[in-house]
Amino acid sequence: MTERQATINRKRIREKFWFAVCGFFMLLTLAVLFWILHDVISKGYSSINWTFLTERPRQQMTEGGIMPAIVGTFYVASLTIIISVPLGITSAIYLNEYASKGLLVRIIRLSIRNLSGVPSIVYGLFGLGLFAATLKLGTSLISAALTLSIMSLPWVITASEEALKAVPNTFREGGLALGATKWQTIRQLVLPNAISGMATGSILSLARAAGETAPIILTGAAFFLPVLPSSLSDRFMAMPYHLYILATQHMSPEIVRPIAYGTALVLIALVMLLNLVAIIWRYQVRKRQTW
Amino acid sequence: MANTDETSLQKAKQRAGMARQSEQGGYSREVQEELLQQSSKSNLGNFLLEKAFMLSGMLTILILLLILGFLLQNSWPALREISLLEFLTGRRWMPSSPEPGFGALPLILGSVFVTVGALLMSVPWSIAAAIYLGEVAPGKIREILKPIVEILEIFPSVVLGFIALVVVSPIISNVFNLSSGLIGLNGAIVLAVMTLPTIISISEDALNSVPKDFKEASIALGATRWETVRNVSLPAASSGIVAAIMLGFGRAVGETMAVLMAAGNALDMPLKEILNIPLPTLMQSLRTLTATIAIEGSDVPWGSTHYHALFVIGLILFVITFVVNLVSDIMLSRFQEVNRND
Repeated sequence: MTERQATINRKRIREKFWFAVCGFFMLLTLAVLFWILHDVISKGYSSINWTFLTERPRQQMTEGGIMPAIVGTFYVASLTIIISVPLGITSAIYLNEYASKGLLVRIIRLSIRNLSGVPSIVYGLFGLGLFAATLKLGTSLISAALTLSIMSLPWVITASEEALKAVPNTFREGGLALGATKWQTIRQLVLPNAISGMATGSILSLARAAGETAPIILTGAAFFLPVLPSSLSDRFMAMPYHLYILATQHMSPEIVRPIAYGTALVLIALVMLLNLVAIIWRYQVRKRQTW
Repeated sequence: MANTDETSLQKAKQRAGMARQSEQGGYSREVQEELLQQSSKSNLGNFLLEKAFMLSGMLTILILLLILGFLLQNSWPALREISLLEFLTGRRWMPSSPEPGFGALPLILGSVFVTVGALLMSVPWSIAAAIYLGEVAPGKIREILKPIVEILEIFPSVVLGFIALVVVSPIISNVFNLSSGLIGLNGAIVLAVMTLPTIISISEDALNSVPKDFKEASIALGATRWETVRNVSLPAASSGIVAAIMLGFGRAVGETMAVLMAAGNALDMPLKEILNIPLPTLMQSLRTLTATIAIEGSDVPWGSTHYHALFVIGLILFVITFVVNLVSDIMLSRFQEVNRND
């Protein structure tokens, strides 16, 4: 074997080695993911039944179900989306359809990116100070929903802008060339073609908002509350906070462990289901699109 | 009905006649005025609409300023009572005791050590995984793997914290022979997992946007694919990868639930003296800035010094993440610009 051949072989071996290392870390990532899923599913599966989903907690949360937490999460996440989606979509329309490149747009984009980097607990603190204390809304459903809306606004804007960007420019040019005004073009040509993209983005934001804990701890989630909230100024139970309570604050964490795992499973299932719906929807829409 | 129809028909005919007439000399005055009115009306409508959209677009600026202003305003009473220096260097955090202490240094160090520990694990891990995704895996496998990795991002942080609490911490206490596994290391591990999808996905994008010519030129010069990755792709993508790491840092330092449930929350300084030199340690229970707000924020009396002190912590967190995001933003846009020029 010549020396040159030996060098080439050595290089080949080195290449194989390093690519194997990279592949190993990729596998490790997948392993962690599936291990978490497996752990939650296998240990949470047995506690889930109809009673668990439809009954209130009993005997200091050691028995019964998590119905108030499910309903509370549903309420707060829906309210959040009702507030943040219209605001997010109008912001996205401005950024993508009206705004021309300039200082204002750069500042807006900078603040969107910075808002999405602000820690969730800081949003919680802000919501506590502004909505609960200063505006006197108290720790309540509406304070928590407003806090989560502000937090999810950047996500909705980004998703809606992507949906608008996906509409080809020829649509806009065609509308304007036919003599339609800018707004007519946006409303009748651009929005109908972007709306499903915006909807999937909103569903994904809903899923993220439903899983958030830190902001609602400070702004309205209740430790234990057997009655459902009847007005916007009531406090509420929520699944993520319920899981936190069961895992760390309960007197006998070992006894409530199965309920905690059940809650974790319901929460993960909800979040993944919402994501799945969004992905399938997006896929269906893309298939129908002719452009 | 018939009458109005007739009159409108007549009007239309008239208008058509006028329009035809005007072919030589423009529209008649009447039609001109009508058209002008219509267009100025819709112009005004469009103008107002545009302004309304602009206002809603500016909402994010307003919110960002509002958050900053609110944090500043509410921290002020605490900063006036306790100096900022005392806040940043004091070693005793006992805000609700009769002799309150407002030294946030243990919390700041806790946040920094856990985050750095997490990144020490997740950065090599995610860059290796990103290299696999972007440079090694065949197209089809990549298409499948990328969305799977992103599933990791949608796990609620409280679920990951729960796993760290009930599954990982017993393992840690067994391996290191500790009475409790709720230590900084546990928090760092769960944070490392949480930053994986962010760093992998952005680094992979960065590797992917390195121009193909670079890689082809390197292969054509006789380099192996690994040499190409190491000497061409990685350096060319480096500012994108650094931006990814910064974003991961921002995410980890701001994460609350996972680290709150995993790291034990003791208020000691996370330092261990070896040969009289205090060294950072993750082998003891520690508490982060975020966890402090979560623990104390829900039952602090509104308006007390303690309440305002929590806003100082919020302000510190805000400033850290703001700077980190700004820097990563600049890195990313520079990276994109460099690649556009090529």
